[in-house]
Amino acid sequence: MTPADPSSNRFRILSPLEFLGKTCLSLVLTLGDFVRFFVAILAGIFRGVDRFGLREMLSQMFDLGTLSIPVVMLTGFFIGAVLVIEAYPQFHALGLASRLGSVTVLSVVKQIGPVLTGVMLAGRVGGAMTAELGTMRVTEQIEALRSMAADPVRTLAVPRVLACVVMTPILTVFSDILGIFGGWLIAVHVQGINNDQFWHFARVGVDIYTINTGLIKALFFGLAIGAIACYKGFRCGNGAQGVGRACTEAFVSSFIVILILNLVLALLLTNIYVMVWPNQPPIL
Amino acid sequence: MIQPTTDMPDQPIIRFADVHKRFGSLVVLDALSLDIPADQTTVVIGPSGAGKSVLLKHIVGLLQPDSGNVYFHQQRINHLSERQLEPIRKRIGFLFQMGALFDSMTVGENIAFPLRHQGIKSESDIQQVISEKLAVVGLSGSEKKMPADLSGGQKKRVALARAIAMDPEVVLYDEPTTGLDPIRADVINELILKLKEELKVTGIVVTHDMASAFKVADQIVMLLNGKIIAQGTPQQIKTMEDEDVRHFIEGRANAEDLKALHRL
Repeated sequence: MTPADPSSNRFRILSPLEFLGKTCLSLVLTLGDFVRFFVAILAGIFRGVDRFGLREMLSQMFDLGTLSIPVVMLTGFFIGAVLVIEAYPQFHALGLASRLGSVTVLSVVKQIGPVLTGVMLAGRVGGAMTAELGTMRVTEQIEALRSMAADPVRTLAVPRVLACVVMTPILTVFSDILGIFGGWLIAVHVQGINNDQFWHFARVGVDIYTINTGLIKALFFGLAIGAIACYKGFRCGNGAQGVGRACTEAFVSSFIVILILNLVLALLLTNIYVMVWPNQPPIL
Repeated sequence: MIQPTTDMPDQPIIRFADVHKRFGSLVVLDALSLDIPADQTTVVIGPSGAGKSVLLKHIVGLLQPDSGNVYFHQQRINHLSERQLEPIRKRIGFLFQMGALFDSMTVGENIAFPLRHQGIKSESDIQQVISEKLAVVGLSGSEKKMPADLSGGQKKRVALARAIAMDPEVVLYDEPTTGLDPIRADVINELILKLKEELKVTGIVVTHDMASAFKVADQIVMLLNGKIIAQGTPQQIKTMEDEDVRHFIEGRANAEDLKALHRL
């Protein structure tokens, strides 16, 4: 087409606009749909689960929680160890190497533990839970539930979301312990930091509020991961391709939401700390 | 709860009134009006994609019409919420095209699901229903099997056992004999007849299997492009002269369908 052709220019200008409009519209629609789904899940949680739901919940807690413990511990250990390896030269140069204990424990408990567990679980849940629910939708099992007067959100989604909410903080504890162990191993046995000093600063640096900060974050991550995985499964497109796409979308969305939630909760929980204990100096 | 006893004897149990349904630009049901008489079996025939399964899903509120209304015992049901639909769904059994058995449960648990969900607590009663319904579909002793270990036909029979577990007054059969050998298919036909005659079950059967259609039907309805093009007793349908009907019931491809072959 020549530039003189007015219709081609018009097409070029309108097309990105149209694309933008369509993208915005679909984003708003999806968000609205998700919020409705999420409210239905919350309502279901308050109504409680029945015997069938409890069985589902326990089996999901085992599949997604218990079976994830080794991988979460392994990741925690290595990240904790690497953290000390990377931080040691800086702290050593400042003559503060003995303070590595508090840095390690603070970073692991507040940030690395919950975020890492959240991301690992998002991958696992996106792969397993979304695929399972997506396949159930494609093979009409979700419609079969509805046709038998059973609410699929209450029967399938609520037990799964609850399993994620319960298991994410528990897995975070495992990740925290191994992260601290990994850091300690490198600091004390490789970099030669005094064992007592390491633990002294670790204890001084961390109070119960800090530990709870990490666990509260994990709780919200669990809620987000479970709800997104179930939503994507329930709204999955047709065929094997639809299921595959839903799994990828579940992981990517969960990952982004974890990062955003982490920022929001870090701000919120730090501000609450300052409000409740205004005279307390910042930790470290 | 609506009581069936309030119905006049000639009132239809299910009524479609001017129902339109489209998915995107695809028109699936086009101004469809249909009465389903109580205690009888209505067979819906028509080529794939004619809107037969969509029609069934409107009866239990799995789909809502874009316009028009669906009635169950004279009550309009297409505007009801999921919770309001529950009492209606409890009275209707649905056999899905692919069975739709729950993969994570055994055969027995699948059949027990509607019973347990509706609060039947006695385990001995539940076990009795499971073995009774499995015997009806010819699969006694399969309680402990998982759906993945069953053949396609067996899955369908378990799904049928689940659909009739609650002794519903209406059963919707989506292609009940597809994938079964002719003898087993005839057993299912007999079962549909038996449920109608002994338990006064109203049946709506969606099928391509004309032998089954002629055997079980009191009324046959043929859908084409979302519209009813023929309706009548099996005898009336057999003697109809409409070309589309004749092609379908005789299983003959028309000249249009064969055009592509001539290019080979």
